[in-house]
Amino acid sequence: MESRFRILFLIIALAMLSGCAATRNLFGLGRAEAPPPSAEPPGQVVDPEVERREIKEAKIDSENFELGAFAGIMSIEDFGSNVVYGARLAYHVTEGFFVEGTVGTTEGDLTSFEILSGDARLIDDDERRLTYYNLNLGYNIFPGEAFLGEGRAYNTNLYLIAGLGSTRFAGDDRFTVNYGAGFRFLLSDTVAIHIDFRDHLFDIDLLGEEKTVHNLEGHLGLTVFF
Amino acid sequence: MHTGPGRGYPIFHVVDRGETVQIVRRKTDWFKVRAPDGKEGWVAKAQMELTLEEDGSELDFEVIDIDDFTNAKWEFGVLAGDFDGANSVSLYGGYSLTPHVSFEVWGSQILGNFSNGWTGSVNVVHEAFPDWRVSPFFTLGAGVIRTEPKSTIVQGEDRTDQIGHVGAGFRIYAARRFLLRAEYKSYVVFTSRDDNEEVEEWKVGFAFFF
Repeated sequence: MESRFRILFLIIALAMLSGCAATRNLFGLGRAEAPPPSAEPPGQVVDPEVERREIKEAKIDSENFELGAFAGIMSIEDFGSNVVYGARLAYHVTEGFFVEGTVGTTEGDLTSFEILSGDARLIDDDERRLTYYNLNLGYNIFPGEAFLGEGRAYNTNLYLIAGLGSTRFAGDDRFTVNYGAGFRFLLSDTVAIHIDFRDHLFDIDLLGEEKTVHNLEGHLGLTVFF
Repeated sequence: MHTGPGRGYPIFHVVDRGETVQIVRRKTDWFKVRAPDGKEGWVAKAQMELTLEEDGSELDFEVIDIDDFTNAKWEFGVLAGDFDGANSVSLYGGYSLTPHVSFEVWGSQILGNFSNGWTGSVNVVHEAFPDWRVSPFFTLGAGVIRTEPKSTIVQGEDRTDQIGHVGAGFRIYAARRFLLRAEYKSYVVFTSRDDNEEVEEWKVGFAFFF
């Protein structure tokens, strides 16, 4: 309760602080600035014929976002490998750096222990679904070109990514670090194929003691720039 | 004209002085242009700035600089850090009413050894010197926290509590539409028990402004 009062006082303090120049205009309390007096002598009407140049930049088709889907194989340590699929959204900040968000889902099989022991189950079947999201920073480390026969060239990029996120598996959300490398093959300026390899690391204490597990993922993706 | 939008791509064609090019598309700071003979290639922004428009005026592109940082209306970012010993990942969006005052909506996921949780909060941010490259700010807000004890530990109950927080931090202009952000927040969790909990959070991350 005491803390609630403390917050209340802080709010009042901030409200008082907001008498400063910054917030005054916010509530329309600021002194209205009088327009500068007109220096033009009466009678002389100047009709400016200077047209403001139209900024045409907005008309240029700017393609810095990349959206797509992927499918591949992901191995969950102790729980076997299964099909993984998901989606990715990236924003290219410069020719080198991009930020990326990914979501994906796969399913864990039975562990060796569960198979050998017969009926014992470490987790429920509905807890075997693994879903993750990650927010990554990427860098196009080796931009290049790939040649198909003599007449065709495609732009490519080898990139590295690393980032943070969360993985839901075995009944809990787990803080996840992931890193990896990928190859982007641009079929055209707007469509790209990705081949990605990533390692997702998180802590799990399901098998007695807490350990950090490596969960390797390889996938093939298709993205569109817009 | 280069064969690709980036460093290292070879120059395969040169457009003569006096010729016109048509801009096809843009990727980051590279422009795809079409030459009069139909050849298409990529030109860096610095080169494009040397061209003239049809009426002879200089072509200048919008430059995002620290003024845009100061006067940005919208801001979206991602931060990660420490929430009372647990890891936290946060997303936020903000809208500036003035360069000094903005409102933000936050969502965080907290991933700890003993429990996980979510927080959602709304806060007001006050920047005393928004025109500084490293701009300090104060923040005040309220929201909710959802706590879910881990399933492998004791079977505790899931709880949702109200939170209030105060904080301070820095917004640091990096480049283009990019900024770095570091902040500290002190939370008070209004629990249904006798004592309220106090939680400290540190986090760093990056954001974009528009």
